[in-house]
Amino acid sequence: MGILKLVLRRLALGVLTLFVVSLAVFLLSQALPSDPARAVLGREATEENVAAFRAQYGLDQPMIKQYTTWIKGLLSGEPGVSYSNGEPIMDFLGDRIKNSLFLMFMGSLISIPLSLLIGSYAALRRDKTFDNANSVSSLILAAMPEFVLGAFLVVLFATNVWNIFPATIRIRPGEPPWSDMKGMILPLLTLTLAVTPYVSRVVRASMIEVLESDYVEMGRLKGLPERTVLWRHAMPNAIGPTFQVMALNVAYMAGGVVVVESLFNFPGIGLAMRDAVRDVNIPVVQFLAMFISFIYVITNLAADIGTILVTPRLRTRLS
Amino acid sequence: MSEHVTLDIRDLRIEVDGTGNDIVDEVTLQVPRGQVLGLVGESGSGKTTVGLAVLGHARKGVAISSGSIEINGRALLSRSAKDLRAMRGSLVTYVPQDPSMSLNPALRIGTQILEVLEHHGFGSSQQERRERVEQVMTEVALPNDRDFLRRYPHQLSGGQQQRVGLAMAFACRPAVIVLDEPTTGLDVSTQSHVLATVRDLCHQHGVAALYVTHDLAVVANLADRVAVMYAGRIVEQGPTKAIFDNAQHPYTRHLTAAAPDINSDEPVIGLRGRAPAPGKRPAGCAFALRCELVTDECREQFPVERPVLRDHLVRCFQAGRGERLTPAQTPVSVRRDSESAPALQIRHVDAAYTGHQVVHDVTFDVPRGQCVALVGESGSGKTTLTRSVGGLHREWNGEILLDGVALARSSRDRPTAQRLSIQYVFQNPYSSLHPRRTVGESVSRPLRVAGASAREASHAAAEMLERVSLTAAYASRYPDQLSGGERQRVAIARALVCKPSVLVCDEVTSALDVLVQAAVVELLVGLQRDLGLSMLFVTHNLPLVRSLAQQVVVLADGKVVEAGPTEQVLTRPEQEYTQRLLADTPSIAAALAAD
Repeated sequence: MGILKLVLRRLALGVLTLFVVSLAVFLLSQALPSDPARAVLGREATEENVAAFRAQYGLDQPMIKQYTTWIKGLLSGEPGVSYSNGEPIMDFLGDRIKNSLFLMFMGSLISIPLSLLIGSYAALRRDKTFDNANSVSSLILAAMPEFVLGAFLVVLFATNVWNIFPATIRIRPGEPPWSDMKGMILPLLTLTLAVTPYVSRVVRASMIEVLESDYVEMGRLKGLPERTVLWRHAMPNAIGPTFQVMALNVAYMAGGVVVVESLFNFPGIGLAMRDAVRDVNIPVVQFLAMFISFIYVITNLAADIGTILVTPRLRTRLS
Repeated sequence: MSEHVTLDIRDLRIEVDGTGNDIVDEVTLQVPRGQVLGLVGESGSGKTTVGLAVLGHARKGVAISSGSIEINGRALLSRSAKDLRAMRGSLVTYVPQDPSMSLNPALRIGTQILEVLEHHGFGSSQQERRERVEQVMTEVALPNDRDFLRRYPHQLSGGQQQRVGLAMAFACRPAVIVLDEPTTGLDVSTQSHVLATVRDLCHQHGVAALYVTHDLAVVANLADRVAVMYAGRIVEQGPTKAIFDNAQHPYTRHLTAAAPDINSDEPVIGLRGRAPAPGKRPAGCAFALRCELVTDECREQFPVERPVLRDHLVRCFQAGRGERLTPAQTPVSVRRDSESAPALQIRHVDAAYTGHQVVHDVTFDVPRGQCVALVGESGSGKTTLTRSVGGLHREWNGEILLDGVALARSSRDRPTAQRLSIQYVFQNPYSSLHPRRTVGESVSRPLRVAGASAREASHAAAEMLERVSLTAAYASRYPDQLSGGERQRVAIARALVCKPSVLVCDEVTSALDVLVQAAVVELLVGLQRDLGLSMLFVTHNLPLVRSLAQQVVVLADGKVVEAGPTEQVLTRPEQEYTQRLLADTPSIAAALAAD
């Protein structure tokens, strides 16, 4: 009833957001200074070749027509063909999307529970050794760029210090991302170390506020065990405000980790985006921009719904 | 009585952790089975700290350092954390001050009651525990059907929330219950029902109750015995009647003289100064600094507790001495200038709050030189109405006339002179003064707005500070260096400095302790007499009206229910609503007469 209506309303808003993003992406890629035909065919290409290229990819059509063709393609699951080899985009991006989603999923699975644990424990031990140590180390980690962090891990675990894990990941085309779990370890570790400090600091702040509330004191005065006070009384109230930050970090792991992907040679969409931008492969750039926006919209929607579900005051307002 | 003492506190000392400064010291109290002990004191006196200690609990930064607490002969303070947990919530329970903050917003109320029973192993089966939940809901006069138990705290009214708090406290049939100002913030009718429930349950189930409060009228109605706390020590304790009729300690006498009573037309008497904070307490009697009977002996050592009569103990060298306290000033004789127009006329005012009408066709006058009290429970529309008068609220229709001139809807559309001639004093003196301006700057500000020179303004400000019984030396201080009462005096000085036609006071004493409240009321009475002030005094506190107002307007659901001279409305109310309001207001005089 109520919750379904809310989800539908938020979804409609998400679709609207994506529409606006699509306009921006399309117009910006039109406004790029370099001509894709010249970039792909090279400087020496004849006028005829260029004209043929433009006709082949519909670049000679009016802008409105180009836009509607593109959107239709997106919606029907055929987002166009690559400029560089003329193949449908999905043929070579499909695997990369799977890889990136797997990285996002595994990264979230590790870093979110870890952040909850670290943040809550730090809040419980506020101003004691664990909290102080965690506060310093998480600040250092948050301040360190990922390529430094990743390179440091590679030196530590993949060279002659401890040569335990491979420095790069090898997923053969057509194989699922979990075919090289050993290679996944260092990229995942890098992501976890990059994301956990942010999320755990937010969890800590939220938890501290809840632990100082009257209802937590009341729980203790009712003689409830500390375990019950923490997990039943404090956690549900502390977690709601942290969902938004979690959502941002999850989405970040899917689309924004070019540096980590390039460091470990991970075949994900970050690297694909980098290559496409370099080659002025506009259809790929446009598609990936839309895909990453889609991930952000979905994770934010999930965060909104999650917040409502754990907050009775918001939930009961719906019905 | 010692054989049936249920709660026995001896020589309790509680310190600020790590400093050795006492918050509470030498507290010895006994509560027999089925009795209610009222623990009274100003904010900061340590009464809540004692209440929490009865559950073996100390807040962060606070440590129970010595003494003993026994419940039914079982010592509490020496227990392990695990043993203490087993006792809390079953043997000894707590009802907190603000139920809207102390019920968990994420859990259903049924769950919150049931979990106490589960963790303390009440009964032998889940079925039995569920039945007990239903039973205890009936005991606190709440519905016990499944739908109600599945509600969340925010789906209940304030009174219902506090009843859930009581249900949690009584669920395991405790021997001792600590109630910490459980009715603060509730309307008088709700308060009276909650108090009746507390009284019945304690008597029926033989529970010993420690009732912590600053409200003497509640204590007079509920408690069998009263202990008065000042600066962390019990200065007097005895049967309720003796404390009110035959107070021995000068502080107790001041407390009772400061408490407004609905059934007494004696003016309240205030007392200046404040209780010394932990770490700043003198070697001798802590009250010596404010006491009119002080001797050298008082300054040297804290008097020991000694009996006056059986059961009536006092810690004072001068116990029982001193004259009866009399008001410092004569009451206001109101000039009746029927010639001059009323200072403020409110004509058929309707006001809405975001489209929802909350004030309906209100009409009344504030005659020149008189104080009109606008009385109503929370949600009656009194604040919306006064904000409309001040031009702070814009959604209103009708006419508001100041000195016979109609006012524009918003203060922005009113000429400066008109704005200056309606002045406001707000409820909370802790947030209504600019923290980065000195007192002198704040008070002279309205004059500067009116166009006075800096010299004139600061001169007038100094004069006004003297008027509100502060010295001109206060002009260079900042608000955080002042007590709550001093801040409210500054706010009054700021309001009066440009000689307004009408002074609007919105719940100006509700954030203050009773002695400070009485002193502010005395000040307002004096100012009204000397300056011929016209005042609109907004309050939910009916007894207070008596000391101050010549006229009363009773507001309910946004409508004027009854209006007239104070004496008539408070003693011979014509409307049923007013009669009920008066009946629900706890009265010291009535409670003592009933015994």
